[in-house]
Order: sequence, then structure tokens, then C-alpha cells
Amino acid sequence: MTSQTQTRPPIRFRGRSFLAVVLAPEAPIEDWLADLDALARRSPAFFAGRAVILDVTALAPSRDALKDLVAALTEREIPIMGIEGAGSGSLGPGMPPPIHGGRPSGEVAMPGETPAAPIERVTGAKSLMLESPVRSGQAILFPEGDVTVMGSVASGAEVIAGGSIHIYGALRGRAIAGAAGSPGARIFCRKFEPELLAIDGLYRIADDIDPTLRGRAVQVWLEGDAMRTAALD
Amino acid sequence: MAKVIVVTSGKGGVGKTTTTAALGAALARTGQKVCVVDFDVGLRNLDLIMGAERRVVYDLINVVQGDAKLNQALIRDKRLATLSLLPASQTRDKDALTDEGVARVIGELREKFDWVICDSPAGIERGATLAMRHADIAVVVTNPEVSSVRDSDRIIGLLDSKTERAEKGERLEKHLILTRYDPGRAERGEMLKIDDVLEILSIPLLAVIPESEEVLKASNLGSPVTLNAPQSAPARAYADAVRRLKGETVAMTVPAEKRSLLGKLFTRRAA
Repeated sequence: MTSQTQTRPPIRFRGRSFLAVVLAPEAPIEDWLADLDALARRSPAFFAGRAVILDVTALAPSRDALKDLVAALTEREIPIMGIEGAGSGSLGPGMPPPIHGGRPSGEVAMPGETPAAPIERVTGAKSLMLESPVRSGQAILFPEGDVTVMGSVASGAEVIAGGSIHIYGALRGRAIAGAAGSPGARIFCRKFEPELLAIDGLYRIADDIDPTLRGRAVQVWLEGDAMRTAALD
Repeated sequence: MAKVIVVTSGKGGVGKTTTTAALGAALARTGQKVCVVDFDVGLRNLDLIMGAERRVVYDLINVVQGDAKLNQALIRDKRLATLSLLPASQTRDKDALTDEGVARVIGELREKFDWVICDSPAGIERGATLAMRHADIAVVVTNPEVSSVRDSDRIIGLLDSKTERAEKGERLEKHLILTRYDPGRAERGEMLKIDDVLEILSIPLLAVIPESEEVLKASNLGSPVTLNAPQSAPARAYADAVRRLKGETVAMTVPAEKRSLLGKLFTRRAA
């Protein structure tokens, strides 16, 4: 009944974008290659599995020089998936295809180098200070940063913070920290009797909480996907 | 300057109406002019507890809506000349209360009386928020039991946000009356201890009313316990609460029923 052509779906073309590492060699090419070798020694697998584009706009090499460069990179097991900025005459058979129209997307972090400053650190980080207890039925929502409560958080109350939550009384309600997607957020309280704890979307209900910690001063944090609790005293 | 007190709890059945009547009668006994106002429109009870159910003609709703004058609706107590009752309507519901009407009635009551005690309905809806709206002092009634304590905590949150004083940034005095307390059962862990409740609610304690059969007896007779049995343990606790409300310093004790020697020897029959 059904012919072969009807059962096969039509060919579809889909767009998909990947982040490529762009190498822009500088003259003299020998020194640049030496720097590249030094990097490869520090982290041998840096280029493994990465899409690499060669940008020769600044270098403007001749056809032969470009061929040598590609050969030198292939020798170092750096596969080139495209060449940007080469004249139309300098690419031929056996060379990677020309590519253009890329949009910059920031620096790719180099392994082995200490980052200049923690990226998470926002200047003038905001925090909310509450002098009174949080009563049952009240919800404190502060996605901008940390929340500090000088009193207790009652059963049936809720504190949601983008950062960490500090409670200088009893925590009997819900504490939801790192709601803005920060797994480094923590929950601290002086008396630990929570109904629910959550950090960065990972939550734990009262039933799953170590009963030996009840009533003590406790901190809560994330280690990967695991929620950790420990007494502070 | 008249003081407006709201007696509130969140949870029902913890003793708001009993407390309103007992505080009102105890205050009136000291010579103060007192009006107790029933805000529980649709489920009125204060008239029964005060023994005035057969004298209700006009009610709070009639006054709020301007159908009756305040003086027509006020019922003067037969036992205490300084005590009056403004009853609620049983046939209407809380939607019949308007913001402006309630504000006007409370304003008129302030001119006539030294103390206006509003008996709040249970819950956190319109009736309860209107009852607390114009209060200067809140008396939170709580049983030594977890659900009552949590509901009271919720109400305290509303007192700090929904009242006129809170909105103006002024302080609203809040006090706790712990009712139906049994020291023996608290000691055995069958009910919350006073300190546990105070730790959770963190508001000052006005009185601890011991569990007593005198309370139910007085209610069924239509007489506030502070009038019906002034020497009983709950009546003495309420009388102390009134002295504290008037600014006196009274040592906090939990009054116990006076028992005969035989009563002390034979407390309960063994199971």
C-alpha cells in the first residue's frame, strides 16, 4: 500500500550553534607555535574535542605559508574546522573550508591560569536585614542577595533569597537559598527545626533531615548535587 | 483616652469570646466604662456568654450601615452599670461590614467608653482584619497546642501589617493570653509548656488561664467567669490580666483551684 518514498521522512535542515575556539596566530609564527606548545604541555587535552577556527586576518599569509601553518597545527593534533580571513585564492583542495560571519562571545578560560577575579562577585552585593521575626504565613522574597533575620522564622513562614540565608533565631519554616541559581549559597541558623531547606533548586524536607541536628546551630550547603548539614557548635 | 483592644487568635474555639467577656466584666468591676463588641457577624456568641441574648434589638451591622444609632444598639449589662455590649448580627455575614462604617462606629465608641474590647471572629479574612483594624492593643488568645500556636503566629504577622497603627508605623501593643493551661499535663509533655509558646510567639505574656470547669459553667449560665465565680482560678487570672492592662505590675503566677485535703489526696481515679 505505502510506497517506499512515503515512509521516509523528508530531509530536514536544522540550524545549530556551537562555541568554537578561535586561534589567531601572530607573526613571527615560530614564536607563536612555541607559545602554543607551552600551553599544550600545561594542559595536554585542551584542544581535544573542541571546534577550532583559524583566524588569519592579522597574519595574511601566502598560500604556502598557510599550508605550512595548517600542517603544523595538524601535527600538534589540533584539527582546524575552518579558516577565517584568508584570501579566496589561498585556500584549495585539502585545506579546511573558509568561514566568516562569526560573532565574538568572550574569552575562553584557559586552564592552569588563575582567573583574574571571581566572576560571581557583584560589586555592591545587596542584602536584606530583617529586625523582626518572620511570622507564619509571611513570605520574604529577595532574589537580589542575602537575607539576614534577627528573629525566628516561624512554622509556615518562608524566606527565599538569591544568596545565603542567615537566621539568628530558630528556623521553623522554609529556607530557600540560592534561588537565583547560586549553588554556593548557604543557610545558617541558630536553632535548626526547619520544614524545608532548598539551595539552588535542590530541596530537602523535614523528614529527611538528620534528627540529631534538631534544635542546634546548623549550616547547610551544597557539595555538587548533595545537600550537607553540619552543626556549628 | 479610650483604648481599643482586639481579642484575636486565628484559630477558632480557643477562648476569644470567653476572654472578651471575662476581661470586659473584670475591667468594668474596677469602675471603668467598658464596651464589648462582637465582630463575629453571622456566628454571634458574645451575647450568649454575656447573658444578653434576649435583649438584642439592633446590632453592629445596623449601626455600621446607618440604620440604627449606636445608643439604640448598645445593651447595658444588668449586673454592672459600666459594662455594655454591642452585639453582632446573626442573619448577615461579614461582607456587610464596611471599612468606613467600622471606623465610624469605633470612633463613636472611643468617645463614650474607657475601653472598647472587640471580639474577633476566627480566621484571617475580612471579619478578623476589620476587628483588628483600629486596635491600640491586641490580646492574642492561644491554647498550649501546636496548631493554635501557629495560627496565633500568623495573626501576629497580620497585626504587624494590616492594622491602622502598623500602617502608620506606630507600635501596636501585643499580649498573649494562654488559655486552657494544665500545669500537670504540660509537665508530662501532653501539652506545650508556657516557655515553649512564648519562645515561638515572642510577645509578652498577659495571663495564663488554667483549665477549669468554672469557665464552661459560667458560659452556660450566660455570665462572664469573672462575675460568676470571681474567686475561681480562671477569674483570678483574668483579674490579674486586667491589672496588667491598666499598667500595674503583677507577679505572673498560674492560679490553681483551691482543693480540700481529701481532694489533694485523691486527685484522680486510677484507670
